[in-house]
Amino acid sequence: MAGNQEPLSPRARLAVTAGKAAAAVSRAAGRGSGSVIGGKVALRLDPDLLAQLAHHLDVVLVSATNGKTTTTRLIAEALRANGGVVSNALGANMPAGITSALAGGSEARYGVIEVDEKYLDAVARDVTPKAIALLNLSRDQLDRAAETRMLAERWREALSGTKAVVIANADDPLVVWAASSAPNVVWVAAGQEWKDDAWSCPACGGVMQRPDDDWFCGECGFRRPTPTWALSGDEVLDPHGSAWPIKLQLPGRANKANATTSAAVAAAFGVPPQTALERMHSVTAVAGRYDVVDYLGREVRLLLAKNPAGWLETFSLIDAPPAPVILSVNARSADGTDTSWLWDVDYSRLVGHPICVIGDRKLDLAVRLEVAGVGFQVCESAAEAVAACPPGRIEAIANYTAFQDLRRVVGN
Amino acid sequence: MSDTGLRVVWVYPDLLSTYGDQGNALVVERRAQQRGLAVQRTDIRSDEQVPTSADIYLIGGGEDRPQRLAAERLLRDGGLRRAVDNGAIIFSVCAGYQILGREFVNDLGEPQQGLGLLDVVSTRGEAERCVGDVLADIDPNLGLPELTGFENHQGITHIGPTAKPLARVRLGKGNGTGDGTEGAWNDTVFGTYMHGPVLARNPQIADHLIKLALDVNALPPVDDQWYDALRKERISAAVQPA
Ligand SMILES: [Zn+2]
Repeated sequence: MAGNQEPLSPRARLAVTAGKAAAAVSRAAGRGSGSVIGGKVALRLDPDLLAQLAHHLDVVLVSATNGKTTTTRLIAEALRANGGVVSNALGANMPAGITSALAGGSEARYGVIEVDEKYLDAVARDVTPKAIALLNLSRDQLDRAAETRMLAERWREALSGTKAVVIANADDPLVVWAASSAPNVVWVAAGQEWKDDAWSCPACGGVMQRPDDDWFCGECGFRRPTPTWALSGDEVLDPHGSAWPIKLQLPGRANKANATTSAAVAAAFGVPPQTALERMHSVTAVAGRYDVVDYLGREVRLLLAKNPAGWLETFSLIDAPPAPVILSVNARSADGTDTSWLWDVDYSRLVGHPICVIGDRKLDLAVRLEVAGVGFQVCESAAEAVAACPPGRIEAIANYTAFQDLRRVVGN
Repeated sequence: MSDTGLRVVWVYPDLLSTYGDQGNALVVERRAQQRGLAVQRTDIRSDEQVPTSADIYLIGGGEDRPQRLAAERLLRDGGLRRAVDNGAIIFSVCAGYQILGREFVNDLGEPQQGLGLLDVVSTRGEAERCVGDVLADIDPNLGLPELTGFENHQGITHIGPTAKPLARVRLGKGNGTGDGTEGAWNDTVFGTYMHGPVLARNPQIADHLIKLALDVNALPPVDDQWYDALRKERISAAVQPA
């Protein structure tokens, strides 16, 4: 099957055209890619448009608190082995952005779509996915996001009876709780360093026991399912027990986990692990993340970390001391306006690194680091912070809008 | 305080540690250590017994179902009440604050019995959540500077005759009753809706808890440069939101 064989309805065609026009106007006005505004215009003209656009695609949905943009990209690369792919590669992951992305790829065979956690139920209802990949769920933007456990509950309801094959992380109890309502689940041992959102059993509220990599509830018997795919060091173990090397250009354990899940998704569409993993090697930066930029004679590596679980994974991938680290935190609307979460991040792990703090909320960071007993310097700007570091590699870790600010400054 | 140092208990991190309030334990620990005190911090999960002989107990905010479970387990355990009878200090935030009261409305919409360690009763607000920076004046009897914090709750807490408001809000909602009160206290038991975490924004309250535990009137000074800078910034942000 290649491309949309049945034409869109006249209403849908009109909606796509209007959406593209709105996006072009938005781009011309310098307001970004215009994909969200275009999608909104199109969806208003034809609310059924997303379903129609997806109708002739084999759709994969990817959702999680962390890693969904990267994993979407890895899956898209893997599936291109078999045919054309349309994807919301820039991370516009709510219905309008997804509609806009799909409207741009009429010749594609696959739709690989990143979905915001809160919209997974709605999007899954519209696009009838063939596969759904679920990576992790953890606290994020607590001033306005739904409770983490309630999100798992919503996923669970949405997945009950789904025809899609669900590829889910067996090491995240909340993801397992959500996915285990689905009739067809492929469990992946993808690991999860952050554990503080699942000490309480999602099924019964009992206290979770977590010996080594295992987990189970002592009260109701809810426990880690036996995975058929696993990340093991630098290799993916497939269901036949064969090991396939991961050769990513992206750093860190979390991205190896993303590659493992992506290989399992690709296999569901007939792409062998070796082919899938080789194709993933071509992915370098994803929307600026992990990019290394020359700035003021230093090499600044740009790392995005939006919530405690993300910061924890990021700390595990940065160069060892004495590599200098720049930390930047904002608390604008897109970041969540409460900075209390900084206290759930174990900043004592940065002992030994020279640290500069910047961003709207650098003083919150300063107090946090002071209490962690970690030395630091407060700087007024990214330029000042970079200049304060010796020449060479600098690890710059920032949350959402702070990351965008940083990209603008260093010219990425 | 025992010979082994200041004993700090972080209550039920498995249920009540969702909103960064464990920072309160970190701040107390750090500021006590800076005064040369040995600190013994214990994290007690909800399947463990709450020790009854520690000096300072800290309880944080949590989601709605964990709050119900935590209240059930703490009531059954009885350790916190015995600790208070032994003169212990309890500092509680948000869901933890409601649990210390006589009654609150749980995730099932039902009134649920609290620990009765503070004379307050909490209900659920019908209006939008209270979210944002708060500025308030602390009860003058406590001799503490103005309170800055971040609130994020839907609860409404009414203060009974044997508890006192912890503070009067200048900006923000606080207890949500419309009477301008925020938090409550009585003797060695304190409750507040403030996150931030509140002791990082108000280190003088952390010092107050340490002083109560040591039964002293003053502590050696520590370098508060960054706390002071943060307080100044957050207070002016509350007065003039971005
Ligand atoms: Zn259970």
